[in-house]
Amino acid sequence: MEKIYATESDKCRLAKAKPSTVKFLLDYSKSLDIMEAKGLQFESNLN
Amino acid sequence: MDILTEDSLLIKKYISGDEKALEILIDKHNQRLSSFIYSKVNNRNITEDIFQDTFIKVIKTLRRGAYNEEGKFLPWVMRIAHNLIIDHFRKTSRMPMFEGADSFDIFSLIGDDKLNAERQLIKDQIDCDLEVLVAELPADQREVLIMRIYKDMSFKEISENTGVSINTALGRMRYALINLRKIIEQHNIVLTN
Repeated sequence: MEKIYATESDKCRLAKAKPSTVKFLLDYSKSLDIMEAKGLQFESNLN
Repeated sequence: MDILTEDSLLIKKYISGDEKALEILIDKHNQRLSSFIYSKVNNRNITEDIFQDTFIKVIKTLRRGAYNEEGKFLPWVMRIAHNLIIDHFRKTSRMPMFEGADSFDIFSLIGDDKLNAERQLIKDQIDCDLEVLVAELPADQREVLIMRIYKDMSFKEISENTGVSINTALGRMRYALINLRKIIEQHNIVLTN
């Protein structure tokens, strides 16, 4: 029986998050504000 | 070991307010993490989503000061991604998604009970007309009808609310319906869908 070799084994190495996703994460980080009040932490996103 | 030290430094800088450090961190581990996620889910869009969700959790934990630096940043991030992948599979197994093929579409067998746009329009018109007719009833009959039909109250509740006996409430409801039918006949109104 002939051996079958998958030709798509390298596909996963090309995976990389899009620049738009990275930009979103950086913007999210800049807008994130953590407030502490009475021992509790509150997250909010500043515009 | 150099990589670990570099990650620790970047994390320290980021926590101190250096946003550029976060950018470097993400770029450093982007391909490794994305490849890992893609190898599990085999879908580029889902990979993007899980990658994003992973780093949102990372950012929140770092900013909250809840991250213990033990030189294991990447394993920690991979663990978060791994758990999100499991959540994704749990969700999709609970709600399997099917796409119709050219030869067969499941929606040819399964109907949709909701009214289409035309029928919804007709229903809205009828509801509107009915409101006008109900407004023509005497006040006491109108009150009982509205409570019974629109507010789904029992006759016991209606009698308690209006201060009359249940029999009186029943009578008013009966006359309300009789009068409505009379009005509809007199004006030759058609109220069917």
